[in-house]
Order: sequence, then C-alpha cells, then structure tokens
Amino acid sequence: MPAADAMTSHEAARQIARRRRRAWSCSLAIHGLLLCGGFLFLFPLAWMISTSLKPLDQTMRMPPQWIPDPIQWKNYLEAVRYIPFFTYARNTLVIAVLGTLGTILSSAIVAYGFARIEWKGRDKVFLVLLATMMVPFPVTMVPMYAVFRELHWIGTYRPLWVPAWFGASAFNVFLLRQFFMTIPRDLSDAACIDGCSELGIFWRVVAPLSRPALAVIALFHFLYCWNDFLGPLIYLINQDTFTLALGLQFYQSRQGGTPWNLLMAASTLVVTPIIALFFFTQRTFIQGITMSGLKG
Amino acid sequence: MTNRERRNLRNGLLFILPWVAGFAAFIAYPLGASIYFSLCDYSVLKAPIYIGGANYQELATDPIFWESMGNTLFFAMLFLPLSTGLAISLALLLNTGVRGMAAYRTIFFLPSLTPMVASGILWMWMLNGEYGVVNHALNYLLRPFGVEAPTWLQSTTWAKPAIVLMSLWGVGYAVVIYLAALQDVPLQLYEAADLDGARWHSKVRHITLPLLSPAIFFNVVMGLITALQIFALPYVLTNGAGGPGRSTTFYAMYLYNCAFRYLRMGYACAMAWILFLIILGLTLVIHRASRRHVFYAGG
Repeated sequence: MPAADAMTSHEAARQIARRRRRAWSCSLAIHGLLLCGGFLFLFPLAWMISTSLKPLDQTMRMPPQWIPDPIQWKNYLEAVRYIPFFTYARNTLVIAVLGTLGTILSSAIVAYGFARIEWKGRDKVFLVLLATMMVPFPVTMVPMYAVFRELHWIGTYRPLWVPAWFGASAFNVFLLRQFFMTIPRDLSDAACIDGCSELGIFWRVVAPLSRPALAVIALFHFLYCWNDFLGPLIYLINQDTFTLALGLQFYQSRQGGTPWNLLMAASTLVVTPIIALFFFTQRTFIQGITMSGLKG
Repeated sequence: MTNRERRNLRNGLLFILPWVAGFAAFIAYPLGASIYFSLCDYSVLKAPIYIGGANYQELATDPIFWESMGNTLFFAMLFLPLSTGLAISLALLLNTGVRGMAAYRTIFFLPSLTPMVASGILWMWMLNGEYGVVNHALNYLLRPFGVEAPTWLQSTTWAKPAIVLMSLWGVGYAVVIYLAALQDVPLQLYEAADLDGARWHSKVRHITLPLLSPAIFFNVVMGLITALQIFALPYVLTNGAGGPGRSTTFYAMYLYNCAFRYLRMGYACAMAWILFLIILGLTLVIHRASRRHVFYAGG
C-alpha cells in the first residue's frame, strides 16, 4: 500500500510538472506571437522617425540603414519652414478648440434633456436622433455646402466648428445620455427640493459628476478635428487657412513625394501631439472606447 | 396633462432645442434638398434645374460609377473579414492573462491614432517600389524562390490590397473594444468548462465567441459603414486621381470628384443616395443574419 501511495503521489507530481511545463511553453508562444505582432505594428512609426532624421541620400540607400548616421535634426527645422507648420497647427487648434467646447456644451445639454427629464414623446424623438447616426456624410455634403456658400462661410472655419454647437454629433449625445442615466435620481430630487431649477441641477449636480464622460467626448472630438481631412478639403480655400492634415497632403502632392526625409519629419510632427495626448490621457481613452463599443 | 407634466415637457424641449435646430439645419433640410438635387442639373453656381431621373439613368451607364462601386465592395469584402479576424485574434491573445497586457495593448492601439494623411504618406514611403523598406524585406525573403515583390501602389492589381494592408494597421481600436468585451465574460463559465475537461478551442467556440457576438455585430456594422465611405487614404495616396488606371477610384472619391471637381452636384447627390440605400440594405442583411447568431446575455 505505501508503495502504491508513493507511486500515485509521484505520478501526480509528474503530472503537475508536465502541466506547468505546458502552461509555460504556452505563455512563451503567446509572448512570441505578441512580440512579433507588436514589432509589425510599431515598425512603421519607428521607420517614420528614422527616415525623418536621415540626410536625403541615406533615405535611398540599399540595403536600408536602420539608424541614421549622422542624425540630421535640421530636417525638422526645414519641414517646419516648408509646410508653415505653426500656422497650420494654430488653424487646427482654433477649429478643434472651438468645436470641442461646442460639442461638450451642446451634447451635455441635449443629453440631459433625453436622460433626466421625462416628457411625452421623448423616446420617439430619441429614436430619430439614433437614426441620424446612419446617415452617411456624402448624402448631406452637397446641400450643406450650398447652405454655407449662401452664408458666405466657404473659406472660413465656421462650417468646421459651428455644427458642433448644435449637438451635431448624435453619437456623443448618445454616449452622454447613457452616462447620465446611471447617476442616481435621488441627487436630482434632493437638489429639486432645495429649490434648484432644472438648469441648476444640470450645471451643479449632473455635469460635475459626469466629468469622466465629458472628458471622453472632448478627447474624441479633438482627435476627430485633428485628423479630419474631408471637411477642411471641402471648406477651406486659402493655403494659409489650411489645417495640419490638409496642409500635409497639399505639401506632399506638390512635392511629388521625393524628399522623403522632410515628409517623414512633417508627418512625425503631425502624429506626435496626438500620441503625447494619448499618453497623458490613456485611461480616459481606453474607458471611452470601451463605453462606445459596448453600449452600442 | 398635469402641471408637472407640462413643465417637464417644456423643460425637456428647451434642453434638446440645440439639437432640434441642428437636426433641422444639418440633417433634415440637407436630406430633403439632396433628394431634390439628385433630380436636378445643379452646379451650385446656378439655381438647380429639374431633370427628373436623368442623373440616375446616366449613372446606370457610367463605367466609372460601376468601377468605383466594384472597387469599394472589393475593399470592404477583403477588409472586413480580415480586420475582424485579426482584431479578435489579437484580443484573445491579450486576454490570456499574459504579463504586460497593457503595454501590448498600447502598442497595438497607437497606429490607429495616426491621422489618415500621415499614415497614407508613411505607407507610400514604406511601399515605395524602389526604396521601400517593405519590398526590401519581401525581396530578401522571396528572391530565393524566384518571386519578385509587387510594386503595390504602382500596380493595378496590388494597389487595393495595399490599401487593405494600411487599413489593417489601424485595427487597434477594434482590439480595445473586443478586449473590453472579453473581460466582461464571467470567469465561472470557463471554470465550469474546465471541470468538464473542455479544450481551449471549444471554450473559444462555445463560450467566448457567443458572448462576444454583440461586440462583433456592432463592429462589423460600423466597419462596413466606414469601409464603404473610404476616402482620405486613397485620396492622399493618389492625390485624388484614384490611379493607377482607376484601380483606387473608390465610391466616395468619385462622388467627391463629381461634386467638387466637375461641379456636378446633382449627379453627386444621386450617387450619395445610392450609397445610403446600399448601406441601409447591407446593414439590414447583417442584422437579419445576426439575429440567429448574436447572443445578448442580458436578454
């Protein structure tokens, strides 16, 4: 009997060891796959930075040189001068800041009307709002252009930020409504008893409690403005009013794409602020995507 | 109606007033106007002239229209399955409790932040036929077999796959969505399956994928809507020309060119409405198909 016991415990120990070995090789395989994938995903960004620091002749050397030698920082100076980078950055910021302010304010007010006040027909109107998310931009593009043309807004920034002040992004309204619904009713009721008006409840109770959700939509709208290409392409005419995205494309098309080191320097300059923003607000970002993906 | 109800109605309407104004100006009016314009000869410079269904008739025999539609469907049909498969695979790998998950997640997510214009220019450089780093690597691998790497954006065959490749680079956004959905799957289900001796792949098939199906449905529909409207990337790559040949003339690009290059705004509106109907139709098809396969845990 003791011999059999020893056998089984010995057997069990071996099994545990085998299982552990399998788990270990499994996690090794997962790390291997993720490292390979991660390398492929990061490589283009690394290559962009590497090219941006090379002298022109080195960009065309075969086999490619991984690390620039010498590192040519002056590419950035040249790129900044060639594409009037600071002018374009300022233009982009004007649109993004005005648009983001409008989005936060208008989406929050509208979402409050849909989430915290019960009125007749509310749910039907909300369905209409949801349905507008389905409308592709090209359908409304031409009439909106015609309207803005009548208003003499073509060539100004107004077509790019004014709609944001009117709850134009149904998606943001939807997101905020979902968030507002999770705030306990009692808080509003208490404020109501204290004599707070509906607007007061919105401003003093609901809005302060919703800072994370407001941050999410602010971030997303800012990013949208920074990356938007079609809007500026349609509405902006003069070169000195271009945004970064439009200016970068304009510069590239005029160059016919030869000075790759300067183009990569300019691209790096356009990408870096967004990546920096991401690192400072990583949690908000991930939270926001999670919110937008699941409640849909 | 009681006093309270009346007050609520007034307050509710006051709060949504900005949206009502925006809806009227930026959705309702443009929708109506664009139906009307689609029946007109309209250049935006002069008042529209009613011409009935002539735009639609012309579209039916416009070879560029059909080619752009074919290109767009080709892109969507290649991109959607590949991106969905890639995103789910990466999310499954990240959800294995692997150490450094957050770091990997950041790495996969970063490229999706890159503005389309920057990413287009970057890939133009990487896929350059002569000095591109991608072809350098490919040729190194393929030459021993006597195969030459394709010239990507200079080739009518490979330009669209190249754009699919670039778009796949931005798949990280979907990975984050799937990962969040995966982390909501109750662990007891896996524990129960473990007790029954279930293998990894049957756990994925019978637990993970069904519980992930709402997220998959949402992502496929959103992906379809964006894929059918692909514009910025091919515009940047070809400076709006859609070449070589017409191989990268996508639907939205041709529409844009009709409206703003040839000033045929009525024609463009007709195209936009056809696109809208296609999107509605395909969404409906996916919705129908999903009814049997999407599982909503909450009922």
